[in-house]
Amino acid sequence: MSDESRGDGSIPLMQQLLDSPILLLIIGVASPAIFYTLWGVMEIISIPLAP
Amino acid sequence: MAEFRTCPDTGFKIDLAADKLIKWNAVTAVVFLLVGGLFGLMVALTRWPAVHLLPADLFYLALTAHGLDVLIVWIVFFEVALIYFCACVLLNARMVLPKVAWLGYILMLGGAAITNVAVLSGESSVMFTSYPPMMAAQEFYLGIILFAVGALLACLVFFATIITAKKERTYEGSLPLVVFGAMTATIIAVFTILSGAVILVPTWLWSLDLLANIDTLMYRVIWWGFGHSSQQINVVAQISIWYAIAAILFGAKPLSEKVSRGAFLLYILFLQLASAHHLLVDPGISSEWKIFNTSYALYLAVLASMIHGLTVPGAIEAAQRKKGFNKGLFEWLRKAPWGNPVFSGMFLSLILFGFLGGITGVMMGTEQLNIIIHNTLYVPGHFHGTVVVGTTLAFMAMSYWLVPTLWQKELVFPGLAKWQPYLFGLGMGLVSTFMMGAGTLGVPRRHWDMTFADATLGYDFPAAANLMMGLNGVAAVIGSIGAAIFILNMVGTILWGKAKVPAPAAAAEAPAAPSVTGAATSYGSAGTMEVPGTFVLALIFLTAFILYYFVNWKYLSGVWGLS
Ligand code: HEM
Ligand SMILES: [Cu+2]
Repeated sequence: MSDESRGDGSIPLMQQLLDSPILLLIIGVASPAIFYTLWGVMEIISIPLAP
Repeated sequence: MAEFRTCPDTGFKIDLAADKLIKWNAVTAVVFLLVGGLFGLMVALTRWPAVHLLPADLFYLALTAHGLDVLIVWIVFFEVALIYFCACVLLNARMVLPKVAWLGYILMLGGAAITNVAVLSGESSVMFTSYPPMMAAQEFYLGIILFAVGALLACLVFFATIITAKKERTYEGSLPLVVFGAMTATIIAVFTILSGAVILVPTWLWSLDLLANIDTLMYRVIWWGFGHSSQQINVVAQISIWYAIAAILFGAKPLSEKVSRGAFLLYILFLQLASAHHLLVDPGISSEWKIFNTSYALYLAVLASMIHGLTVPGAIEAAQRKKGFNKGLFEWLRKAPWGNPVFSGMFLSLILFGFLGGITGVMMGTEQLNIIIHNTLYVPGHFHGTVVVGTTLAFMAMSYWLVPTLWQKELVFPGLAKWQPYLFGLGMGLVSTFMMGAGTLGVPRRHWDMTFADATLGYDFPAAANLMMGLNGVAAVIGSIGAAIFILNMVGTILWGKAKVPAPAAAAEAPAAPSVTGAATSYGSAGTMEVPGTFVLALIFLTAFILYYFVNWKYLSGVWGLS
């Protein structure tokens, strides 16, 4: 870890994140996919069927 | 190899392929605004009790066409033009994969046409949400799917272009803030389109009889991942435009690049979760899910919006004070170019979006309060406060700059253009307000006849509700005239506008030019936090926000009398 941050000179981690479109794309899709979609779908699937 | 031209006004180096694509997407957008706007006017005139223009079947047809053509087609075509502009022009970059961009354009246009035909032929009056078990003609879903694939290709071109631009070093360091905003919008677009695909493809198969059943609750959850997130693309695009216009007109730099970027990051992380506010009264999903997605997480995104709402006027104030507009709290604002539609449209968008769209959105996104207004006209009232006086007005403001610049033509009706943002902003702001008023009195949305003339059980709304619907009709006419003037000006400028004075003559009086290229295309903060006027505006906003929020809790306690 420390190797990495030294390797990029003095660019702070946060800025490296903000400068990385692909990383942002991944978290921007993952966050709602997990908290909203997956969680929501799991709740619906676990509603018991009427007998 | 890409060929470039140099823009005589701004000095931008513009890739010819990008130039063409930006223009085609923008023009197509405006055409659909015209079509969708006309349907909107017809809907409003039908809901005006004294006019009641359309018969029931045509009302639902018009409502479906209105929602689709303005909310989806107008907005997304304009956004594609916008992200191409940000990626190519603001980064001085060549467009990567222009052929894919054209394929995207054709798919979007073809898809929009197919869905429109399905709606106009009368077999698909399911509203743009198309909740099963209502079933539309299969072309309705197919068209939307094709449209979405086209939009996804545009996102691909955007990412490929900004990544290549970095490799080819067409810009230094971090992305300029406006482009960063466009990237945020595009990221949200990817989630949006994927959600749409996940639910609309099975629904299409269902309409083809290849699938037996679509679970209605599952549909609503995943569809709103698409339907709501697409609204968040609009919010982000509109905010990027606020920053862009502040930079272009004032050379304004954000108060703090870090804070503004951090706010965009909050959007990337949290904004899309708010989709859950559409499901607040749906049974079967837990309160934990509802409250996490619409409160805890969402409030971080609301915080981000308030940051942008503070830092955009703050940036303008800082830039104006630097130029010497230092008297009192508000000289910087009074002496702003209120007669220039680029500015007035942008500033009205900021104010109206905050007060009409923003505050009400937080109220209705609260689980307990939502029940007061659920499925009433309050809901369209709210989103005409976001997507019309916020997004659409911001897009109009941007067009007043973009169209004359890209086409190198003078506006045909500059006198009308001066008034247009006020007319449209005021008219549609009132539409939003009156719909919210009627909704508070219980008038339902998507309803042809609020007198319930042929219903078994009658119901009389208070007279005030009828009055509101009449006033709403009048305001809709005013707003529509505003929209018509905009469209006339854009189409007129492109078709018959006088060519701008050629470069050498213009260059002599162009001290504004370097600021355009400077502030919109580079990294850098204003270097001051001394913006007292903006802080006063922010306090007024917060006071209104808090009062409105708590008044609704009071109101909630009176909704059901308990004895
Ligand atoms: C010419 C200006 C406009 C007028 C007069 C207008 C008026 C209306 C009215 C009266 C409704 C019907 C509410 C109901 O009965 O439920 C409506 C719905 C709607 N409007 Fe507009 N509007 C205009 C522009 C826009 C624009 C520019 C957008 C989006 C960018 C928009 C998006 C929508 C949407 C999404 C609906 C909901 C449709 C549905 O419930 O399925 N409108 N509008
Ligand atoms: Cu929403």
